[in-house]
Amino acid sequence: MSLMSNTSALFGKELRTEFRSRELLTTTVIFILVVVVLFSFTFDPTATESRRFGPGLLWLAFLFAASLMLQPCFLREQGNDTLSALRLSVPDPFAIFLAKLGANTLFLLLTEIMMIPVFAILYNVPVFRVFPQLVVVLFLGSLGLGVTGTALSAISAQARMRELMLPLLLLPLLTPLLIASTEATAALLDPKPTLRWDWLAFLIAFDVIFLTALWLFGEYLLEE
Amino acid sequence: MGEQSAPATGLRFENIEKRYGGIYALRRLTLEVSPGECLALAGRNGSGKTTLLRIAAQLVRPTRGTLSFTGNQNDYKARVGYVAHATMAYDELSAEENLTLFARLQEVANPAERVSDLLKAVGLVERKDSLVRTFSRGMRQRVAIARALLHAPSVLLFDEPSTGLDPLGVAWLAGTLRSLRDAGCTILMSVHGESEIASLATRAVRLDAGSVAADTRAGANFRAILSFADA
Repeated sequence: MSLMSNTSALFGKELRTEFRSRELLTTTVIFILVVVVLFSFTFDPTATESRRFGPGLLWLAFLFAASLMLQPCFLREQGNDTLSALRLSVPDPFAIFLAKLGANTLFLLLTEIMMIPVFAILYNVPVFRVFPQLVVVLFLGSLGLGVTGTALSAISAQARMRELMLPLLLLPLLTPLLIASTEATAALLDPKPTLRWDWLAFLIAFDVIFLTALWLFGEYLLEE
Repeated sequence: MGEQSAPATGLRFENIEKRYGGIYALRRLTLEVSPGECLALAGRNGSGKTTLLRIAAQLVRPTRGTLSFTGNQNDYKARVGYVAHATMAYDELSAEENLTLFARLQEVANPAERVSDLLKAVGLVERKDSLVRTFSRGMRQRVAIARALLHAPSVLLFDEPSTGLDPLGVAWLAGTLRSLRDAGCTILMSVHGESEIASLATRAVRLDAGSVAADTRAGANFRAILSFADA
């Protein structure tokens, strides 16, 4: 019971601090927008080319944006040593991870949903007829990004080259997630859209495995 | 503020060693703090006071040696109040929001009432809705002390608690610590020199290069330890 009530209190704190500072959401939206717009300048894609390359490009932009967004996740708990206060106050440290994971996934999903119409217009890809299915893929992909990113953010926050460490650890680890999300998105953008359950199952398995690992080993990641 | 009534807990550090890379913060340190004792830790910068307090708070694991407890050993973590060098408060939250958050996490009974009482006690009622990032160092320290006292802890670990406080704040802190000490709390605090806060201690220990260099309960040596007279 205390896990859920602690998670909810900490999730509220994450939302409140972010919506007050708007640091993460603003920078991530701008970053994805710049990447998507720049790519659209470098080649003038036909609708067929967009369907082929668009999903990969989109998920690469999300991946890099996630590594940017997740960087300060634990780093900003260090400035005033608030992480120590949390460790002393919360009986189960998994609550700290769950709250951060929930907030990170929500922020990622929000920015992705905001960027989808821009992508649709710039790349001439009809996404609105498959929008609900696309949100499912975005959610599972974002959850995977959130779980691995939150865990690695806790590790990299204590490392010496912390700014470099997170992308260095995160990007190779997310290769399977990138492939699965891209394939699932590509199938939805096809002229005959299909929801690929095999890739969705892969994404669910990825999320469950890393969430379990976080639950089992999260406590050690917070130690000094 | 001295409302705690749970039986006190003592701390026993045995052969504690803490190494950061090749540097020893603590070296074969053995120290026993009895339940209800108020111990002042003195020592030069880098002598290991903060590391010892963080080990006592179970925030840092010693490289070697053990920390064990005497007296009341139930749910130690939930009965520790810790004030660190850093304020351990969120800049983007107000003083009241900070305290309410930690009161909820620590499952304090009647959190709103408790937070309100503590805000009054630390003199921040008028600024309770201001974000902590707008506070001076002394005001942040008041928030830090209020947060540490939220759950009426029976073990207090205070790292230079009077940092940034004005004379009125120091007097309030001394009064609070005195009533907590008299109520039977175990207090372990690092101090710099003789002060109103240090004079509350019933025992003084000086650390030097991570080991106990001097330890006394009373007498002329007590002042000497605090003032480094023989260091």
